[in-house]
Amino acid sequence: MKRTPIYNAHVELGARMIDFGGWEMPVQYSGILEEHNKVRNSAGLFDVSHMGEIIIEGNDALLFADYLVTNDLSDMKYGDVIYSPMCYENGGCVDDILVYCFGNDRILLAVNASNTEKDFLWIKESSNGFDVNIHNVSEEYAQLAIQGPDAQRILQGLAKTDLSEIRFFKFRENVMVGGVPSLVSRTGYTGEDGFEIYLAADKGSSIFRMLLEAGGEDILPCGLGARDTLRMESCLPLYGHELSPEITPMQAGLGYFVKITDRPFQGKDVLAIETECGPERKIAGFEMVDRGIARNGYPVFDPEGNEIGYVTSGGFCPSISKNMGLALVESSFADNGTPILIGIRKSMAKAITVRKPFYKKKYKK
Amino acid sequence: MADTERRYSRDHEWVRIEGNEAFIGITEFAQSQLGDIVYVELPEVSSNIEKDEVVCAVESVKTAADIISPVSGKIIAVNDELEDQPELINEDPYAAWIMQVELSDPSEFNELMNEADYSTYCENEE
Repeated sequence: MKRTPIYNAHVELGARMIDFGGWEMPVQYSGILEEHNKVRNSAGLFDVSHMGEIIIEGNDALLFADYLVTNDLSDMKYGDVIYSPMCYENGGCVDDILVYCFGNDRILLAVNASNTEKDFLWIKESSNGFDVNIHNVSEEYAQLAIQGPDAQRILQGLAKTDLSEIRFFKFRENVMVGGVPSLVSRTGYTGEDGFEIYLAADKGSSIFRMLLEAGGEDILPCGLGARDTLRMESCLPLYGHELSPEITPMQAGLGYFVKITDRPFQGKDVLAIETECGPERKIAGFEMVDRGIARNGYPVFDPEGNEIGYVTSGGFCPSISKNMGLALVESSFADNGTPILIGIRKSMAKAITVRKPFYKKKYKK
Repeated sequence: MADTERRYSRDHEWVRIEGNEAFIGITEFAQSQLGDIVYVELPEVSSNIEKDEVVCAVESVKTAADIISPVSGKIIAVNDELEDQPELINEDPYAAWIMQVELSDPSEFNELMNEADYSTYCENEE
């Protein structure tokens, strides 16, 4: 199994390690609920070094990136970050990614860990006719996410740059963090304010420890368990669950990140039709009415017992103390307030569709 | 007098017998592997169960774990407290029993692992 540069620190901190798409990653340290609440109330630190980084260089870098993704990158300037699905021609998702713009001739893509190789090959295959060079630089970087209302204060203690100057979905390069030049963006995957920090792989471990020390009582190392509960109650999609080669961004409720403009992009034809006609199925949020926890893959039925879809993510949401979930269902059942049934083991449990997100995001914009 | 010896199954349930009745819960090892427990699906009282049958489930934030009965018999009570306080299992797994079973074959208890054997068994699981 692959390990991040921060592996030794996880073991020393007593993390429980699991296999996450071929990576040996911490699922929890002190406990998922405690870590989750720490992020909501003060701060949490995540090792996300397993995420991939792909650089596109050359005269057509921005133009090509704009062709790869569904969001509109044409106005991107140095220091901007944009979130976007990346689609196949049939509208299914290759991945959902962050695009960092260093200018028209240099773009960094932050991609999901288990998709890195697939994405890299897809991007290379798609690049015919563009003046670009594409590099998978994932192994050169450690990536940390510091998230929560105290994230800025704690990171500021180690950083030379005034972090308040980095606005939501903006980044700065060469921010000195604990003496290490880092790329810092105000982005994250928890529904809280916070930053993602990209730095040289061999410095990852020492900066991880320094941030924990700087945060003292106000920070906890957090594992993939809390990362999942935090993103789920914020209804942020997880690739392989709400997004996949079989699920389009429109179906996932990410239509806002699909911009049908004059420019060509992969998947445009299919997504334009879906935008016009509406998708046949949609990701709906739901709350359990009966007791029970809906998990990924459980079948969803209408009140008459006809199967109408399946659960993509589900579980206990610590911030609202409720059992919630996301399900891909026929569109006619996706409106808020629709009664549905979830097949949980041998029983049928009542649930009702509700508005997303379940937890109101607290971004600083 | 109550027999306080606990025995253990390979699926990480504990059993404590009092007369012809058994209290069943999950072990310290099981609760620590599961992490924060947020839901216990209790079985139905008066149902008959067979050894190795899946009777209910305990769910943590991360995952759902089947409870596999280590003995056969009839369920005569369930621990209702766990409905609202599933975390009692994390706090003290040997006090937080899940179900009480009237044994149909008391010899099944003796086939379970004792403390020392179970302890070795857990070391090999980790």
